[in-house]
Amino acid sequence: MKSGELKYQDYKYGFTTDIENIKAPKGLSEETIKFISKIKNEPKWMLDWRLKAFNRLKVIKEPNWQKPKYPKIDYQDLYYYSAPKSMKDKPKSLDEVDPKLIETYNKLGIPLNEQKKLSGVAVDAVFDSVSVATTFKGELDKKGIIFCPISEAIQKHPDLVRKYLGSVIPITDHYFATLNSAVFTDGSFVYIPPNTRCPMELSTYFRINASETGQFERTLIIADKGSYVSYLEGCTAPMRDENQLHAANVELVALDDAEIKYSTVQNWYPGDKDGVGGIYNFVTKRGACRGKNSKISWTQVETGSAITWKYPSCILQGDNSVGEFYSIAITNNYQKADTGTKMIHLGKNTKSKIISKGISAGKADNTYRGLVDINSKAFNSRNYTQCDSLLMGNKCGAHTVPYIKNKNSSSTVEHEATTSKINEDQLFYCNQRGLNQEEAVSLIVNGFCKEVLQQLPMEFAVEAQKLVSISLEGSVG
Amino acid sequence: MLQLQNLRASVNDKSILNGLNLNIKAGEVHAIMGPNGSGKSTLANILSGKNGYEVTGNLKYEGKNLQDIPIEERAQKGIFLAFQYPLEIPGVNTTNFLKTSLNTIRKAKGQKELDTLSLLKLIKDKASELNIDEKFLSRQLNVGFSGGEKKKNEILQMKLLEPKLAILDETDSGLDIDALRIVADGVNSHKNENNAFLIITHYQRLLDYIKPDFIHVLSNGKIVKTGCADLGQELEKTGYENFK
Ligand SMILES: Nc1ncnc2c1ncn2[C@@H]1O[C@H](COP(=O)(O)OP(=O)(O)O)[C@@H](O)[C@H]1O
Ligand SMILES: [Mg+2]
Repeated sequence: MKSGELKYQDYKYGFTTDIENIKAPKGLSEETIKFISKIKNEPKWMLDWRLKAFNRLKVIKEPNWQKPKYPKIDYQDLYYYSAPKSMKDKPKSLDEVDPKLIETYNKLGIPLNEQKKLSGVAVDAVFDSVSVATTFKGELDKKGIIFCPISEAIQKHPDLVRKYLGSVIPITDHYFATLNSAVFTDGSFVYIPPNTRCPMELSTYFRINASETGQFERTLIIADKGSYVSYLEGCTAPMRDENQLHAANVELVALDDAEIKYSTVQNWYPGDKDGVGGIYNFVTKRGACRGKNSKISWTQVETGSAITWKYPSCILQGDNSVGEFYSIAITNNYQKADTGTKMIHLGKNTKSKIISKGISAGKADNTYRGLVDINSKAFNSRNYTQCDSLLMGNKCGAHTVPYIKNKNSSSTVEHEATTSKINEDQLFYCNQRGLNQEEAVSLIVNGFCKEVLQQLPMEFAVEAQKLVSISLEGSVG
Repeated sequence: MLQLQNLRASVNDKSILNGLNLNIKAGEVHAIMGPNGSGKSTLANILSGKNGYEVTGNLKYEGKNLQDIPIEERAQKGIFLAFQYPLEIPGVNTTNFLKTSLNTIRKAKGQKELDTLSLLKLIKDKASELNIDEKFLSRQLNVGFSGGEKKKNEILQMKLLEPKLAILDETDSGLDIDALRIVADGVNSHKNENNAFLIITHYQRLLDYIKPDFIHVLSNGKIVKTGCADLGQELEKTGYENFK
């Protein structure tokens, strides 16, 4: 290739924060679970719930139908809880938080200080197994909106948590969901009261820092009748040779006429260019459109992780409810992704829309796997699915695995899929207009992803575009 | 500005250009005419640096060996190709593309990058000179544009980028007479003593509006005849038969 040589850009969030930690004893055991529950000061019902999940876990096996295979995980060789020692006494305000932690988030572009915090975005910052700080709490309080770490919600809002936790993803669901239920540590809790429009973006920033530690995020978002919330999560981790597990459960509940918009920009460490290290991102995300006219919209930009394995789904229970899934999954070098969605139509006149853009480069492998299931009582329901795959080079793979079950003859399912290679003539055209190879690839790929990128809240769209470009650096040449 | 000596080019052992010589000086307008398949687009592609050709010969642009200059640098150094078939790039906003291109080239030339406001004004002004409706500027690049609209968009880019050597590959094909005149005006207004044009065309009619200094007849990958403006009229009458 004559055009500008490309260099592999190092992962810019790969640093480690040197900090003293408190860890649970190594390994998965009742002792570990009791340790987590105790350190989080949980009520008995929560511990019982965890133990129930743990007992279930003993009799079930890890699923293995997914495309990306991975070496056996030794669950006894992991830490399930790790938190900065300084967080033990629960700092009352940001002034009491270890400056090293604040500095970490500054470096990640997420200032937590009152003066510098992102305007219009409330942030919950989760560091390994604890939430470090949550911004804009006061302002949200005034509207009756609850936005806090889930560990705090368990203590302060037990009725809401008990009512909804596990109501979308039962603790018996599958291996990783059950594992999470037993050992989850932190994540965010959101409750939007009836007829309230959340006045700002809510977001959680997940950071893995400690080594040999799994992160078990748990997030629960409830939008009460007639409410609206837009929520975004971001994720990064240090560069390490080991593979680290992030097994999250995220549950969304939308009641009558409520809408939840959930966006993810996933940039976990992807491993190096030879495929060493990186996060195993095994995540269960599910939303229930429980009320009539409710809506849940998932948008994900998945650029990181060694393996991404997730299917953010919608259970469309309420009549006229709407589920959407917009996804960009980029895999480069040796990364693997098996991702998609499940749209379960139960109510009448339910609608779902799936737009998936998979981009594969290097020796990576990218699978879209999705289920559209229209129940016999879901009259006049509609699904539209569009899956586009873009291949860069000829050592990568793209696969589309759509499952469709339509049990109602008044309902329709439409599926379109394309697979193409990055077009040399388009690249030449851009080069002829002065753009180098990287700029040309970035332009074309961002164009390919446009429909999904434009779903992101404005504050994050620009960042996401840059991330798309960076993730593909070194992929053509 | 451009000197080509004994340019030979082939693709997969099929030879397309067979010893082509051409000299272009600043301030000149050259026209290349020739039957389909004679190698006109291949010549344009090689000048702008497209990959995939086996190329030999002594090719110089502003005294430098052309073959050593990467595609985007040729563009930055003033070589512009108006494509015979402009590419569609879905999801990419036309204005954004023009902005990115113009600022990249300005930066490479050591000029100040333009801020969004001045850029938008510049693009709008040039577009209106070409009678391009503003709404095209907010559409996806060339997606769903008619043939004529795509060609006008190429000339818009030429006017914005102000190249030294503009190569127009059959820009006139597919244009109605009004569009042809507008495009020709665009070329004529851009023309000065510091730049040069290489205009590839099938038809005399464009050359009625843009007066070439030289007309070359390309046949089987070679220039078989060079003349001045009236050679065009002769070709119009007799066709290419006499020049094989
Ligand atoms: N990439 C290619 N592979 C094979 N043959 C090609 C390629 N590009 C051009 N040709 C052939 O070279 C000849 C000249 O093509 P081209 O330069 O496009 O002609 P023109 O523009 O004069 O019509 C034609 O016979 C064409 O089929
Ligand atoms: Mg041609």
